[in-house]
Amino acid sequence: MSKQRIVVVGNGMVGHHYVETLAATDLDVEITVLGGETRPAYDRVHLSEVFDGKKPEELSMTTREHYKSLGVNAHFGDPVAAINRDSKTVTTELGRTFVYDKLVMATGSYAFVPPIPGKDAKHCLTYRTIDDLGEIKASAKGVKRGVVVGGGLLGLECANALKNLGLESHVVEFAPALMGVQLDEGGSKMLRRKIEGLGVYIHTGKATSEIIEGDEHRLRMNFADGEHLETDLIVFSAGIRPYDQLARDAGLEVGERGGIVIDYHCRTTDSDIYAVGECAALGNFIYGLVAPGYRMAEAAVSQLTEEKVSFAGADMSTKLKLLGVEVGSVGDAHGRTEGAQCYSYCDENAEVYKSIVVSKDNKKLLGAVLVGDTSEYDTLLQYMLNEIDLPESPEAFILPSVEGASVALGADALPDTAMVCSCYAVTKGDLCNAVQEGAHTIGAIKEMTSASTGCGGCAALTKQVMDSELLKLGVEVNNDICEHFPHTRQELVDIVRSTKIKTFDEMLEKHGKGHGCEICKPTIGSILASYWNEYVLKEEHIALQDTNDIFLGNMQKDGTYSVVPRIQGGEITPEKLIVLGEVAKEFDLYTKITGGQRIDLFGAQLHELPKIWQKLIDAGFETGHAYGKSLRTAKSCVGSTWCRYGVDDSVGLAINLENRYKGLRTPHKFKLGISGCTRECAEAQSKDIGVIATETGWNLYVCGNGGMRPRHADLFASDLDEKTLVKYIDRFLMFYIRTADRLQRTSVWLENLEGGLDYLKAVIIEDSLNIGDELESEMAVNIDNYQCEWKTTIDNDERLKRFSHFINSPETDNNLRYVKERGQKRPAREDEAEQVIRLVS
Amino acid sequence: MIENVIIDDWVSVCESSDLIPGTGVAVSLGEEQVALFKLRKGDSIYAVSNYDPIGKANVLSRGITGSIGDKVVVSSPLYKQHFDLKTGQCLEDGDVTIRIYPVRVHEGNIQLQYAD
Repeated sequence: MSKQRIVVVGNGMVGHHYVETLAATDLDVEITVLGGETRPAYDRVHLSEVFDGKKPEELSMTTREHYKSLGVNAHFGDPVAAINRDSKTVTTELGRTFVYDKLVMATGSYAFVPPIPGKDAKHCLTYRTIDDLGEIKASAKGVKRGVVVGGGLLGLECANALKNLGLESHVVEFAPALMGVQLDEGGSKMLRRKIEGLGVYIHTGKATSEIIEGDEHRLRMNFADGEHLETDLIVFSAGIRPYDQLARDAGLEVGERGGIVIDYHCRTTDSDIYAVGECAALGNFIYGLVAPGYRMAEAAVSQLTEEKVSFAGADMSTKLKLLGVEVGSVGDAHGRTEGAQCYSYCDENAEVYKSIVVSKDNKKLLGAVLVGDTSEYDTLLQYMLNEIDLPESPEAFILPSVEGASVALGADALPDTAMVCSCYAVTKGDLCNAVQEGAHTIGAIKEMTSASTGCGGCAALTKQVMDSELLKLGVEVNNDICEHFPHTRQELVDIVRSTKIKTFDEMLEKHGKGHGCEICKPTIGSILASYWNEYVLKEEHIALQDTNDIFLGNMQKDGTYSVVPRIQGGEITPEKLIVLGEVAKEFDLYTKITGGQRIDLFGAQLHELPKIWQKLIDAGFETGHAYGKSLRTAKSCVGSTWCRYGVDDSVGLAINLENRYKGLRTPHKFKLGISGCTRECAEAQSKDIGVIATETGWNLYVCGNGGMRPRHADLFASDLDEKTLVKYIDRFLMFYIRTADRLQRTSVWLENLEGGLDYLKAVIIEDSLNIGDELESEMAVNIDNYQCEWKTTIDNDERLKRFSHFINSPETDNNLRYVKERGQKRPAREDEAEQVIRLVS
Repeated sequence: MIENVIIDDWVSVCESSDLIPGTGVAVSLGEEQVALFKLRKGDSIYAVSNYDPIGKANVLSRGITGSIGDKVVVSSPLYKQHFDLKTGQCLEDGDVTIRIYPVRVHEGNIQLQYAD
């Protein structure tokens, strides 16, 4: 049998998921994707972040190259115009025809625009695609006010987007309440109160009768009640409608309110055609969330395999943040089930509203609404989904826990089938398996199961399940750094900060046992340096340092060292460059440019290090700390000083930042990158801290990494002035120092941080822990006490004595063997070593 | 500079004050390289070969000292294996041991027994 030809119409999130799922099976199929938009699939859920500084490319979920590598034929920007079921072909607008054995409709939906006279005027827009965003941005340029028509989930997202564009933002809703689908009356009222508090104007119960030209603004909306509102632009976000026209034209059955009718197998009325996502209707219901769409895609793929899975509907519970306001809706939020009873709690002072809907017999949870605080969401969702018996007084769920009595559902109470992560369909059982297979940290769990890597809403529950399973396995969750200290690194930091202990010996005496080891010594040495910043080779600190720190160089495989002077921002004068060349020549050092825009000189022996550094310091260099767990470099592009495209002085900023943080001891090394425009030539988004210039300030990215496990940095804050930027970085670094594990890069630290990026933002930007000043002053201590360790060492005869291979002889190591390669020396390999004449005396 | 003066069969290799507690130094002993360590002030001194047989370089004197259980160890600065300073045994690889040397402090000098 020849390959089965599968044609997928539409390349949104669900269409893409279908392709990925299908490609991951071992079916011998030929997949063709026909995407109407010019872009391959992107993350529509986070669309509004583009106004927050995210680049459209960052939303991308795939690329043409990726599809190519999967063997998928993909065509974009040429929408399908017709389906011919008799010949089993589809034809595109450009007239191309594709034959299918099975056709998959994943055409998605479009923004519904109410039939208001004047709706097609200029500056009347919709909010659905990346292209829409461009139009909204263009329309918003230089004007003051914007209106969103629609007070649902998407409408409020869009209102936030307008606010981020600097507009006075209004929401006009036809219904009497906001988010009427997900929230009950009380929840809706609280949401409105909170959003109005943020400066968004809300108009509910308003039917727009026409849109005409305005007097003070571009447009005027006249309402049925005789009132009116002027605005410069209008964005319609009043719900979605399925793209089902193709299916209608082809004679497939559609639902009463639109949507291609499907059965539990996602099959349409033509058994060779499937429909998935928002274009499909199951029992006249359209599932307008991404998670159910993914489940449909998986069910549809499974029909081609032996193991057929059904899609019988999905839970539409949702938890999200709208304009920074936490909102959660679980199950039957409105209490529509017969006999349902409701408990509600409202605190206008703290602006929190919570309600739960329970069954007639008070035994089962049917639904819930949470506004202002969604911390019980996970627990409530699990009670509802798994029909767990409620405790005696269910109101305890929503009442503030006065005596600390918690009703949180222990992970143990959940059945193995309980869905913990609905984005990636990870059950409790999956998590337990992962733990049994060795994933014992949140980072490892994420990598193995993908749990909590989508919306992140299940992070707390995922951790609970992991901890509980570890306990069951008898794996002692021991985070002690080593056998000498019964503490985590974070606890050691707290001890150092609160007791002001300044030496390892005192730490060991008061809080540890034994002699210490190569784990606790450098860790505590680093913590002491982070807080008191004393000379690392002081007698009481010297024994704590790894060999690299003791000799202020990086030990290479043969026991010699490399020398890396600091070249701030990668900027160097010809004079200094010549000095580097002369030193390398004089001491016969192998020379290489590093990835961090500086120059590494290899093969220096102990006794040569002080002589080399004397020359470098005389020429104005200082140590580059390439040996330390500390700041490496601030990589920069040339920026606005020379570049035609640069919008700000990235080199200047890089030099300032590098000088500010040089010498700072951190749990692991860290790197900075500063780009002068969005072309990002400094690759700042692969650094622990990345800064990118925009027309209106600096964008700050955090927790990126290259290396073994690359991680794209997250956008942390946008359009900052230099003062605020520096303040955030100061706080960020000191918070990292305070809370990270030993040898944990910022990327892994963030992945294991409970609450993730949002929590980090709250701590750094909103100062939610009230430690901002403290972090800044701790950084100030570091900056005030900076010293070039090489300069201090060269001026200290006692220390210089150690820079000799032998303490009792001027001889050098007779084991060193070198060969020449491409005009420079390198260590001889074992097979060469025998034949090599000693080059070193 | 201390000359290699032979007193009985003990050789003075350096002054006891040359050793900072917690750190090591390398001394030249004939054709051999020996690493000396003192863990803490007042503690005894240990002498082992300076050659790391796993990393294949003369670097052990530059490792971090410490304890694993009741064993006193140095950790190689190259690949971090531990060597028992009393026996020379590598804790990670039972087949690997390094040479140990008798050592004493005599009149302020650290002395090694030179047994060829």
